[in-house]
Amino acid sequence: MTNSVAGELTDLELPVERGCPFAPPAAYERLREQAPINKIRLASGGEAWWVSGHEEGRAVLVDPRFSSDKRKDGFPLFTLDAATLQQLRSQPPLMLGMDGAEHSAARRPVIGEFTVKRLAALRPRIQDIVDHFIDDMLAADQRPVDLVQALSLPVPSLVICELLGVPYTDHDFFQSRTTMMVRRTSLQDRQQAFAELRAYIDDLVTRKESEPGDDLFSRQIARQRQEGTLDHAGLVSLAFLLLTAGHETTANMISLGVVALLTHPDQLALITADPGRTPMAVEELLRYFTIADGVTSRLATEDVQIGGVNIKAGQGVIVSTLSANWDPAAFNDPAELDIERGARHHIAFGFGPHQCLGQNLARMELQIVFDTLFRRIPTLRLAAPAADLPFKNDAVIYGLHELPVTW
Amino acid sequence: MTRIKADSALCVGSGQCVLTEPAVFDQGDDGIVVLLTDHPDDQSAAQARHAITLCPSRALSILEE
Repeated sequence: MTNSVAGELTDLELPVERGCPFAPPAAYERLREQAPINKIRLASGGEAWWVSGHEEGRAVLVDPRFSSDKRKDGFPLFTLDAATLQQLRSQPPLMLGMDGAEHSAARRPVIGEFTVKRLAALRPRIQDIVDHFIDDMLAADQRPVDLVQALSLPVPSLVICELLGVPYTDHDFFQSRTTMMVRRTSLQDRQQAFAELRAYIDDLVTRKESEPGDDLFSRQIARQRQEGTLDHAGLVSLAFLLLTAGHETTANMISLGVVALLTHPDQLALITADPGRTPMAVEELLRYFTIADGVTSRLATEDVQIGGVNIKAGQGVIVSTLSANWDPAAFNDPAELDIERGARHHIAFGFGPHQCLGQNLARMELQIVFDTLFRRIPTLRLAAPAADLPFKNDAVIYGLHELPVTW
Repeated sequence: MTRIKADSALCVGSGQCVLTEPAVFDQGDDGIVVLLTDHPDDQSAAQARHAITLCPSRALSILEE
């Protein structure tokens, strides 16, 4: 990757701030207009292929010749530095860093927990949870209310706690550690948050091993014991992944979705008139914000030709799911928030064998929250101009730090 | 006639197919795709084609016989 003329490369310091809170960074547009796949220079000084095109992005993510193993030399890292990498290499890998048969062996035992049918059975309980937090909002003495604290965070936190069998009384602890880990805070802060969360989860899995309950981890432990292979370290990695991935992402989508709908009243009116449209609206909001951009990085393990570009073995590739979801070749007039466009082919949850395990849980939570919130509080409005809201420009996962609302 | 094929070894259990055309696709308790019919009627076949484009692991295919 050293044979390019450096002057031709675009420098990207990832994550790139979104200048307009409702659009990808301007640099993304420029890169996509040049070509669906470009070489860029990362802040670390290394180079990587930047995939902007929707078709090309899907082609990379489904191709087994690209590795997800961040521990490999040459992997395009932009959120991790040498010390964090050292730590990463000393821990058992998370599912999202595995390839091929190893990944399949880790993922297969869990996918039965997230089937469409099993999740549908959780719907009434999630509805109760959403109603409960909205009851509390309506009972509050003071307005405005911060929707992030009142609804966006507690709903997915409580849902994932119940699913995993984690005491909800601990949610403040893991919420704050997770938030810290995905922010561009100091390395020391992130490492400390990581270590504390890891220790908490290790202890939790140990407790489940001795006192099983009716939850995902207890079922995994029972299954492993039956097969005679209790893998404590593997369970800790799984728990770490599900607990951290399970609430921060959905919480941010709830907040962003509410802002988008309140600032596009014509679109909001479509779903309040017919909640049958809400699933479509959720897909469009997932596309529009694509909050986990750049998480889908890969390393070529063989020479691969994609989109007219020769990617050599050992080169890094970053698929920008945000740029792909704003590719006019896949989404006509992508800057338009149009809940009726039919956006299900977005790759906000990724694509290929690593596509988000909890995607259908997230979809259901978002559908229930948007339907219930605007039905129960039809006069809901922002208590500050949308442009002044504290968007998470310093985080790997896009979202809002606070969302003052009133009614 | 249209015939749907599902490769259970490739399936990653994302459930996209079930959400798109539940008359054709289901998931077993293990999350892996199960075909309810491999010869859908015309209306279901159109939906099944959409499901095939959404499958993240390219586990589904369609044959025109």
